[in-house]
Amino acid sequence: MIYRENGQFKTSYAADQQIFPILQDRWAILGILAFAFIAVPLLADEYLFRAILIPFLILSLAALGVNLLVGYCGQITLGAGAFMAVGAYAAYNFFVRVDDMPLLAALLLGGATSAAVGVVFGVPSLRVRGLYLAVATLAAQFFWDWAFLRIKWFTNDSSSGSVSVSNLSVFGWDLKSPTDVYLFCLAVLVVFALLAKNMTRGAIGRQWMAIRDMDVAAEVIGIRPMYAKLSAFAVSSFFLGVAGGLWGFVHLGAWEPAAFSLDRSFQLLFMVIIGGLGSIMGSFFGAAFIVILPIFLNQMLPWLGDLVGVSISTAGVSHAEIMIFGALIVFFLIVEPHGIARLWSTAKEKLRLWPFPH
Amino acid sequence: MTRQIGEVILDLQNVSLSFGGVNALTDISFDVREHEIRAIIGPNGAGKSSMLNVINGVYRPQAGEIILRGEHFRQMNPYKAACAGIARTFQNIALFKGMSVLDNIMTGRNLKMKANIFQQAFWMGAARREELEHRAKVEEIIDFLEIQHIRKTPVGRLPYGLQKRVDLARALAMEPQILLLDEPMAGMNIEEKQDMSRFILDVNDQMGTTIVLIEHDMGVVMDVSDRVVVLDYGKKIGDGSPDEVRGNPEVISAYLGASH
Repeated sequence: MIYRENGQFKTSYAADQQIFPILQDRWAILGILAFAFIAVPLLADEYLFRAILIPFLILSLAALGVNLLVGYCGQITLGAGAFMAVGAYAAYNFFVRVDDMPLLAALLLGGATSAAVGVVFGVPSLRVRGLYLAVATLAAQFFWDWAFLRIKWFTNDSSSGSVSVSNLSVFGWDLKSPTDVYLFCLAVLVVFALLAKNMTRGAIGRQWMAIRDMDVAAEVIGIRPMYAKLSAFAVSSFFLGVAGGLWGFVHLGAWEPAAFSLDRSFQLLFMVIIGGLGSIMGSFFGAAFIVILPIFLNQMLPWLGDLVGVSISTAGVSHAEIMIFGALIVFFLIVEPHGIARLWSTAKEKLRLWPFPH
Repeated sequence: MTRQIGEVILDLQNVSLSFGGVNALTDISFDVREHEIRAIIGPNGAGKSSMLNVINGVYRPQAGEIILRGEHFRQMNPYKAACAGIARTFQNIALFKGMSVLDNIMTGRNLKMKANIFQQAFWMGAARREELEHRAKVEEIIDFLEIQHIRKTPVGRLPYGLQKRVDLARALAMEPQILLLDEPMAGMNIEEKQDMSRFILDVNDQMGTTIVLIEHDMGVVMDVSDRVVVLDYGKKIGDGSPDEVRGNPEVISAYLGASH
């Protein structure tokens, strides 16, 4: 089957406005979903789930949140980790302090709390932009790192500052095995990705992008910068909060504030820059690049070494892994500053015309 | 439909604007009647763009009053102006570069879309319906300005003349009562200027939109506008029909220099 849309005529605006207007894309996405929901649980082992797939899904969700704010609304943030932490600890508090709190409700309430906090820390964006805003959002990171370490109430007065949850279940479905956790995270991610896509193709997404591209012109056509920017902060923080809740509850199980440190904020920002700012797909590419590539290199290098008859020490592998990873980031940013998503769409465009160049 | 010039719709009284020590506008008064094409002309730095920025609230004047359909405003702000039906285009195109032509024009419908963020996120109810309704309206504007072939193109890839047209389309999507055009023909070749003039006249004629126009091409100004106001160094030096303005000695000296 050739990737081409010849003969696919749209006879209504609804058909033209759907998420995947090209038939082949719709089949591809169905195939990917079927693979992820049915084939992967049959094929993957526990290591693959715990080390790669579950972190990839949850960080994709977080990257999606960061991308809505940074990529679509143009407001840079270095506090992504803090909003994940707020979501995780809020969900924890709802979960342990309210009797019979369902897991899903706790996660969503954690997200809502994170959204409210996001709005508060988004207020500086009304006056400052660019690097200055990055520094202002850094304040969120430091403040919440401190708060969760020092204010004992947040951690339910646990002496070590570490909290844990157990007996997780959703609508009677116990999340025990890695397969269950994987399927749950996947379902959450699919729903949230759909919500993100709907928002970005709708009126609110256009408001965000208008503010990002030309804020004076946006104001002149009646977009209120305050509403657009703060709604972007709220939605982004909601996504991050839910991702934080998932990270703490179902991935780690027990965690301390260091799980959501500044490193995490940087990691998420790198994901959206490498994956592609202003692209839903880019969030997944970025998360895959940052999560999977180091592990892949780690496994590949000794094997490659054997192939050419050189044995590489474990330390050598981990040093080489960091160096190659860094070099690849630089390489990608030079070759395609707009991220992997742009490479992907250029490839698709070329494929539609193939074998002709124009 | 023949347009009829009506009552005064927009009246500026004694507007003064300064940036620090620089007086951009000094004590300027003029009015705009409904359905007319009102041109603002003047040499570079005369304060023409500042005048438009005062009208739609990007700049706040230190003195004076703006009377819009009998309502008095000390100063406007962009949101109020947009709600009151004032749209504008920009001198150095201010399109949303990362978005397609269609999305740029759809953004102009922003004030008319009422669905809340949850309906939009789930693409249900009012959000879905509005998306379709406004798309139909936007397609009418696309037809009107003859830009069907580029509707899915990112605006950053378009040539200058077409970008100007998309800028006009976005302003028209607001269905404005007053349209402010800041040098719509700057940098265009003769065919593009003819097209743009035709669009401006059609908008005025078919939609009944009142137009305030800044333009440097005197041929165009004299042909399309009903009345002309002339600014120089932030002061008004002439006001009247194109013929009156053409004969005004102060205007001639501002443009050609006076003999000393």
